Amino acid sequence: MNMTKKKTVFTAVVLAVLFAACVIVDMMLPTYHIAVTVIKKATVYALVAVSMNLLNGFTGLFSLGQAGFMLLGAYAYGVLTIPVAKRASVYQYFDGGAIHFSLPEVFGGILGEGVGGVVGMLVALLIGGLLAALMAYLIGLPVLRLKSDYLAIATLGFAEILRAFFQWNALGPITNGSNLLKSYPVFSHATPYVLVAGLMIAVILMLITSTYGRAFRAIRDDEVAAEAMGINLAKHKRMAFIISSFFAGIGGGMMAMYMGTIAAAPFKSALTYEILLIVVIGGIGSITGSVLASFLYIFSSEWLLRGLDSGTFLGINAPGIFKNGFRMAVFSIIIMVIVLFFRKGIMGDKELPDLIDGRARKRKKEAAE
Amino acid sequence: MSKNVLKVENATMQFGGVVAVDNLNMEINEGEIVALIGPNGAGKTTAFNGITGVYQPSNGAVWFNGEKIVENHPQGKMKKLYKGQHNGDYTNVLAPTPDKITKLGMARTFQNIRLWKSQTVFNNVLIAKHCRSTSNVFSATFRLNRKEEAKQREEVMELLKIVGLDDVKDELATSLPYGKQRRLEIARALAAEPTLLLLDEPAAGMNPQETDELTAFIGELRDKFKVTILLIEHHMNLVMDISDRIYVLDFGKLIAEGTPAEIQSNQRVIDAYLGVAEDA
Repeated sequence: MNMTKKKTVFTAVVLAVLFAACVIVDMMLPTYHIAVTVIKKATVYALVAVSMNLLNGFTGLFSLGQAGFMLLGAYAYGVLTIPVAKRASVYQYFDGGAIHFSLPEVFGGILGEGVGGVVGMLVALLIGGLLAALMAYLIGLPVLRLKSDYLAIATLGFAEILRAFFQWNALGPITNGSNLLKSYPVFSHATPYVLVAGLMIAVILMLITSTYGRAFRAIRDDEVAAEAMGINLAKHKRMAFIISSFFAGIGGGMMAMYMGTIAAAPFKSALTYEILLIVVIGGIGSITGSVLASFLYIFSSEWLLRGLDSGTFLGINAPGIFKNGFRMAVFSIIIMVIVLFFRKGIMGDKELPDLIDGRARKRKKEAAE
Repeated sequence: MSKNVLKVENATMQFGGVVAVDNLNMEINEGEIVALIGPNGAGKTTAFNGITGVYQPSNGAVWFNGEKIVENHPQGKMKKLYKGQHNGDYTNVLAPTPDKITKLGMARTFQNIRLWKSQTVFNNVLIAKHCRSTSNVFSATFRLNRKEEAKQREEVMELLKIVGLDDVKDELATSLPYGKQRRLEIARALAAEPTLLLLDEPAAGMNPQETDELTAFIGELRDKFKVTILLIEHHMNLVMDISDRIYVLDFGKLIAEGTPAEIQSNQRVIDAYLGVAEDA
């Protein structure tokens, strides 16, 4: 078996095992179990982290607008899927809102309730993504002329403005102002999350390994050389920005599903930093790293280290120390350790198939000695 | 009379009050190897940048294959500051970005090597083919461009064989020895399918043996790839060996042009390189 074949088999086996594990956990445990919650949240974060990696890691554009695009996706999903019957109670301060249809019901009418409902939800997700992409195009026109930190500041500002804008009372008939959007349909099991996010990440991976992905990496490595070799910088940067935002929008829609209610508050810049942290921990320029880091991060923050906030951790009962906020303090230390000692993150710029390659090389070296 | 490939017409490049290139006129015909030489700071690389779109000339025009591709005249602050000639002769502004000029068929290398450092040798060359691919982002992502991609990979492999880098194709570009990195940069430029190849000090930092190899290599390029070559170089052996014609710049001004033999015996060139005694 040659190396490429080996790598493909290895990757396929690992992915299949992981997927099977998710499905089994999902089927065995009740949907409110913490393991299911972790899988749901981690897949959402993984998708957004990968989309951010596409921009920051692969194209070298340091953008911090992810939370803003997620917000768009989340709101689009909520607004388009709340059942018509429930709109009066959700939009109680805005006379039932301005929109009087619900995509799952529309598609349910055509394709039957079960299938149509799911299709409607997926279409709403897609619309959220497209809306984020459209916004990225508009924002990109002025903002993409900026470089490095300036771009980060501009995109961060945009996300904050968008958050405030969505809470504006005049938009209430659509966004429900500063009140919650709720009662929309969600996937209660984890498997649909894994499937949707997995599919999206696969598409991003295909993009990155295509000729456009290579052009993105050329821009990251050396912009001047890239331009001299015929790569239109403005066009490719805009493309990366729009595509990344599209997937962040879809991630936002899934985030809305996971949370069950939508408000503008969770989509603060802190969310962007969380995602950025995951990208850095996983390795800038590694899709595998982003996914892995998402799961590790969510697993430890939601489950493993939960005890640090609630009094008991590893059997030690010390409510005086282990109280609200201590978890974040421990987290900060972990992050500092990672930044100091694993500067390239868990995976560096390696991907899943490279793992087997490295091991094979080491074995060869040992055999030679 | 062979076809004119590049014509630089009354190009002046002024930065603030400094005139880096002063009224440069150059012509390069198909199949020629032309060298642009001059002492340090003479404005050679600036002229290069003006031709390839990195900078815009303050005044003047550049023609490529009979088509005017760059034109500019002093504007804004430069209107007052402009110290060059032919002010007012040019009224249009044509300022394509470097990538557009590359697509027209002009590719360059850099004085300080600028390879894509996280990429393999093979990918460095393959990425240069990106500007020739016709697929859009959807067809590329969903692999509807398989045929084109396969063809490009084949062409890259062939190119690497010709330049002698096929055995290191999977190495990281930056792990190559210096001389090979230079070669790779030239291979990358060739992958963009240029009709005019611009080499900015291809022999910089090379020892005499490497320089000799490079001289032979550049000569081969012209025949194998049917390219016209404009090069900047300080190694006079290389320049005199392979150039058909030479342009000499000093303090931004063209002080001589001609065949290598003519240039070698030109008093102004000798003065520019060796200096003139103050009391002479």
